[in-house]
Amino acid sequence: MAELSRLAVLGAGHAGPVIARLAIKAGYPVAIATSGDPEDIALITELVIPGARPRWAADAVADAGIVVLAIPLHRFLDLDPALLNGKIVVDAMNYWPASDGVLKPFEEGGSSEIVARRLAGSAVVKALNHIGYHELEDRARPAGAPDRRAAGVAGDDPAAATAIADLVDRVGYDPVRLAHLRAGRVLQPGGPVFGTVLSLPEFERAVRDDARSLT
Amino acid sequence: MSYTFGLDTFGDRNSDAGGTPLSHAQTIRNVVDEGVFAEQAGVDFFGIGEHHTDYFPMPAGDVALAAIAARTQRIRLGSAVTVLSSDDPVRVFQRYSTLNAISGGRAEVILGRGSSIESFPLFGYDLADYEELFEEKATLFAELLKGGPVTWDGKTRAPLLNQDVVPHTESGPFPAWIGVGGSPQSVVRAARLGFSLMLAIIGGPPARFAPYSELFQRALDKFGRPPLPVGVHSPGHIAATDEQAKAEFWPRWRDIIALVAEERGFAIPTEESFDAETGQHGALYVGAPETVAQKIATNLRALGATRFDLKYGMPGLTHEQLLTNIELYGHQVIPRVRELLG
Repeated sequence: MAELSRLAVLGAGHAGPVIARLAIKAGYPVAIATSGDPEDIALITELVIPGARPRWAADAVADAGIVVLAIPLHRFLDLDPALLNGKIVVDAMNYWPASDGVLKPFEEGGSSEIVARRLAGSAVVKALNHIGYHELEDRARPAGAPDRRAAGVAGDDPAAATAIADLVDRVGYDPVRLAHLRAGRVLQPGGPVFGTVLSLPEFERAVRDDARSLT
Repeated sequence: MSYTFGLDTFGDRNSDAGGTPLSHAQTIRNVVDEGVFAEQAGVDFFGIGEHHTDYFPMPAGDVALAAIAARTQRIRLGSAVTVLSSDDPVRVFQRYSTLNAISGGRAEVILGRGSSIESFPLFGYDLADYEELFEEKATLFAELLKGGPVTWDGKTRAPLLNQDVVPHTESGPFPAWIGVGGSPQSVVRAARLGFSLMLAIIGGPPARFAPYSELFQRALDKFGRPPLPVGVHSPGHIAATDEQAKAEFWPRWRDIIALVAEERGFAIPTEESFDAETGQHGALYVGAPETVAQKIATNLRALGATRFDLKYGMPGLTHEQLLTNIELYGHQVIPRVRELLG
């Protein structure tokens, strides 16, 4: 098996540890980081994300091929874009004003498009954002399982989107490639697949009309 | 091992037998009666969760708890939860310290975000500030609980300089918990500040929270604190048979989750997902007393927990159905769980 990219998961709240565990199970080398000292999450990592390595964010990102953003969106605005230059960045965050409050910079357009504009030196792919963190692990299944579910992947850089579709597949979901980042708006809160866990045909049906309207 | 068994309500608005919603006022009077009845049924704790909606009209649960305190002798009384981020920790301490006085030392408080967020706009707080608000206010609340003059400075309320906050408690701090829904960082915070840990488990297999219990105890140790209890809060409904309990609970569960799905990111429940959640590995405790007792015992063991709070009721159930639930929980479920846990 070819060596898998190193992953840096930024965020040790609700979603970060779940994504990190799934990636570890799929064979990816995973580092996890917050905005602070890795010592602060050493115990969390040992007990809740065994196999991951707690690191300073800059170190975790420097060594990674893929960076997963699993931080609250308002904290993203504090992140230095230069840190992520040249990386494939999975945007697993959501702009969800009903739950997290209104953020002015995200009021217009798709949240991942705004993330991508701030991260001009990175290849941003929207993925792993639309299945709840409390379900993402329980519903993951190996390829070919009859009850396997689907998950969306949207990015403008085809090579990056391919890498993340592969990641989604390896962690346990049938990847559904959307044409570009803008089409990933169907994966957002209020969109047709957000918060639901659908089979491949159900997922494709649900996003088809919406995605077409965005092309 | 000593176990504690509680009931929690959000002031779920009752309906009459014909399905017509009762007034907010009548629902609140019914909650007071249910709290008194819980003591008679042998329940250890009665908690009221803060909510500000038409279907959970219960923003001032501490007032209802005071009424229950005046009519009971033994049952412990507390919040489940207090939305601390949009409240003033000094006022929360004063209200529950007053409840502690009225009840002769039976008050507790569970701090958290709870299952709703409507208090933020209501009281002029920005949800984007949630983390900072909770961190600062929980830290101040931990100081207040110690008793004695408090000195504190932060961004989210006026500073306190050697401030005596009354009423003083008679016998040290009352029990205080932090409710956690799934963030390991929140578990570590509870340990750091010296609060007990209440795991709010409302979906999925409860056993997946087991690492959080160990994380909590290890973190307490790291911060040089003695072990503290871990509790579980989960929704459910008990009736004479599994079928009856499910038939009463299901349509109300479906309706309420559908209502809050958008702001909470929940999937709308289907009969299939409901069967999974009420089954052996799900998070809902819906069924006959034996079914519910087995599930509670299994999960307390799996999670290393010594406290279980059943969030009973649902908007649209009748007061009589809730009294039956309380009676079965107190007289059958709790003794059976104690027996199973030996």
